[in-house]
Amino acid sequence: MAVRNTFYQFHGFSRKILVSGSNRSRIMSACRYKTTDAQDHKYNPKSLIEGTHSLVDDDKPHFPGSWKSRYVDKLELIKPELHEGIPTYRVLNWDGDIVNPKEELKLGKDLILKMYKSMVKLHSMDDVMFNSQRQGRLSFYMTANGEEAIHIGSAAALDNEDEVYGQYREQGVLMWRGYTLDEFVDLCLGNEYGHGRGRTNPTLYGSKELHYITLSAPLSTEMPQAAGYAYALKRSGSKNCVVCFFGDGAASEGDAHAGFNFASTLEVPVIYICRNNGYAISTHSYEQYHGDGIAARASGYGICAIRVDGNDMLAVYNAIKAARDIALSESRPVIVEAMTYRLGHHSTSDDPTTYRTDEEAAYWGRHHPIDRCRKFITKKGWWSDEEEKTWYKETRQMIINSMDRAEKKLLPNPHEIFTDVYDELPERLKQQSESLQRHLKEYKDEYPDLTKFHME
Amino acid sequence: MMAAIRTVQLSRNVFSKAVFGRNFSLSVPVSAQMTVRDALNSALDEEIDRDERVFLLGEEVAMYDGAYKISRGLWRKWGDKRIIDTPITEMGFAGIAVGAAMAGLRPVCEFMTFNFSMQAIDQVINSAAKTLYMSAGQVQVPIVFRGPNGAAAGVAAQHSQCFAAWYSHCPGLKVVSPYSAEDARGLLKSAIRDPNPVVVLENELMYGHSFEVSDGILSPDFLIPIGKAKVEREGSNITLVSHSKHVGICLDVAKELNEDGISCEVINLRSIRPLDFDTIKESVKKTHHLISVEGGWPQSGVGAEILACLSESDAFDYLDSPAVRLTGADVPMPYAATLEQTSLPQSHNIVGAVKRVLGIQ
Repeated sequence: MAVRNTFYQFHGFSRKILVSGSNRSRIMSACRYKTTDAQDHKYNPKSLIEGTHSLVDDDKPHFPGSWKSRYVDKLELIKPELHEGIPTYRVLNWDGDIVNPKEELKLGKDLILKMYKSMVKLHSMDDVMFNSQRQGRLSFYMTANGEEAIHIGSAAALDNEDEVYGQYREQGVLMWRGYTLDEFVDLCLGNEYGHGRGRTNPTLYGSKELHYITLSAPLSTEMPQAAGYAYALKRSGSKNCVVCFFGDGAASEGDAHAGFNFASTLEVPVIYICRNNGYAISTHSYEQYHGDGIAARASGYGICAIRVDGNDMLAVYNAIKAARDIALSESRPVIVEAMTYRLGHHSTSDDPTTYRTDEEAAYWGRHHPIDRCRKFITKKGWWSDEEEKTWYKETRQMIINSMDRAEKKLLPNPHEIFTDVYDELPERLKQQSESLQRHLKEYKDEYPDLTKFHME
Repeated sequence: MMAAIRTVQLSRNVFSKAVFGRNFSLSVPVSAQMTVRDALNSALDEEIDRDERVFLLGEEVAMYDGAYKISRGLWRKWGDKRIIDTPITEMGFAGIAVGAAMAGLRPVCEFMTFNFSMQAIDQVINSAAKTLYMSAGQVQVPIVFRGPNGAAAGVAAQHSQCFAAWYSHCPGLKVVSPYSAEDARGLLKSAIRDPNPVVVLENELMYGHSFEVSDGILSPDFLIPIGKAKVEREGSNITLVSHSKHVGICLDVAKELNEDGISCEVINLRSIRPLDFDTIKESVKKTHHLISVEGGWPQSGVGAEILACLSESDAFDYLDSPAVRLTGADVPMPYAATLEQTSLPQSHNIVGAVKRVLGIQ
């Protein structure tokens, strides 16, 4: 043991052992991994390379690049299409019955009802906003129709201070944390109350207080950023993790590969949640990848993974809870692939009839996550059709009221064009802003729209 | 000083904070010498010491001491937590640096050369530069991107591009381009302490150049304000504006022309964004002639910006002849030594241009 230690030190392998977290002290006494105790196994990355650098002539492969291999003399190509796919974890079946009666419900009635009502509120908001766009009251919107269970199921399982990096279709997570309907609409309309102050696109929400990083449009750039943020949290000894959402299409970007690899090699607590909804605008998943989805890529990075039925709110909750426990206790990334179907359009600029059949959409419409959950809570006696009708109407009215209020609010003062480019307003921009204000004041009759802006 | 460093390298175990905490030239009293490399190294060391949020990441920065040895000795002193070797993915490590900055740390992200930053340019522009604006002030990205920029020697087209024009184009970024050891120390320190994303464009050929440094420059709080140019040499007949390595060539040209009775004022831009146009303007009002010298390509370059600003300003009326820009040739950088030299502004090109502008044979 001592010889090996010195060897590592001499060649610098031990530098990570010397300065990483508390698990590292167990490196040399790590037990051999047995397949039977997979669930209880505690992640110990150094055990990966244990035994491979002994430089003993024992006819075993001791290459620096692979650590769990053995020699074979039969040439056999690995054909992934012959292997079984990663199974999909679920709690409820499509009729809303718990499949495994022995499985204990990890959450109580109050939480489940709160989550259900949130899903309905989210669905109502999306519906009204989508229709508002079609009526010309809003320029752009993206719904989460069919994916509500992923939003609410994951948000409820997290701590409210876990930092969230979204992609663009996770408004339910923000809603769960407390972002109000007014805040959603104000940002989309770009009025002076919106968090974007007129600078950012509709649906690119953000809230520092709610630990939700302002959304950025280029796909998957948030994935290495999430690993970096998690690195900062780990460094400070925080009890929180980072959660990073991305889609099946975004997973093809180079940033996704870099994000996974970094999270794994830096050993940071980040949960990568893939909303695999089958489409990237019109690109079907089969054109996006030929492997077994995103969960199967995890083992390539040394990351642990789970595939879950994203339309089962309870299963998503359980999966994220388990992922969070592992991510924090073992300081390692986890990939959760939530399988679902994008029932709505990609966005208001899309027309799905050009690339998918009505039949397919109708099939998945019959298996809506909200319906499944409603069947479950109704059968439990916790919810009734009457309450359903009332709550549905109530949520629709709430969002319609928010929309009406938002439309009466003023747009930001033109000075906001110039602020926040840098932390301090540069002199050049200050002069330009003042010049613009003078111009607008002098020629205000030429600008009839000025009444919509908050002018001094 | 080189001997001192070699001794230090050999006796690895003797590294103590005292050794590295000392300024490099303390043994020499008043006029000390320091290379640009040591200037950057000492600046990094002092900023890491001063603020526990600061850390360096990039390819080969740790055990290898940096591809150009800028981070020499830093990993041995500060360890894995402050000096991080990354896998080979610029978009990846620029991304994690941006994420760490969003979380409140102060990363210094090294690109082995800025040519490779193109693989990360989305993280630099869309995520670092624009985020404060798009999040309406909610998300700050206090990050520094640094590395060698522009032509080196015999590294051909894909390793020789100057990115001053590209990065200085973007609001939200600050861009600095140090020439001397003093510039390197002061600008890197200011960049690290600045809460905005800053791009520090160094120059590989300048790393080994030695400059005189006063005690003031060696002080741990020596800062050069970003957005302020420096008049390196005063003159009265013509203004030469430049940044990075070409400042040195302009100074040599000024010395040469002085023999002929031509007095050149040499301005070292130091910052490309914000560009200190006021200093240039005051100089032109005095000398009535301007030549901008840069290594980058002509179209939409730094010189184009300076000349445009000049035309738009009241200094235009003080010009006695049109302002001129000297730039690198409008070709991907060739490899062969003679071709490469001919593709960049050299002393004789600048001398020729000065004489043409002043109407002297």
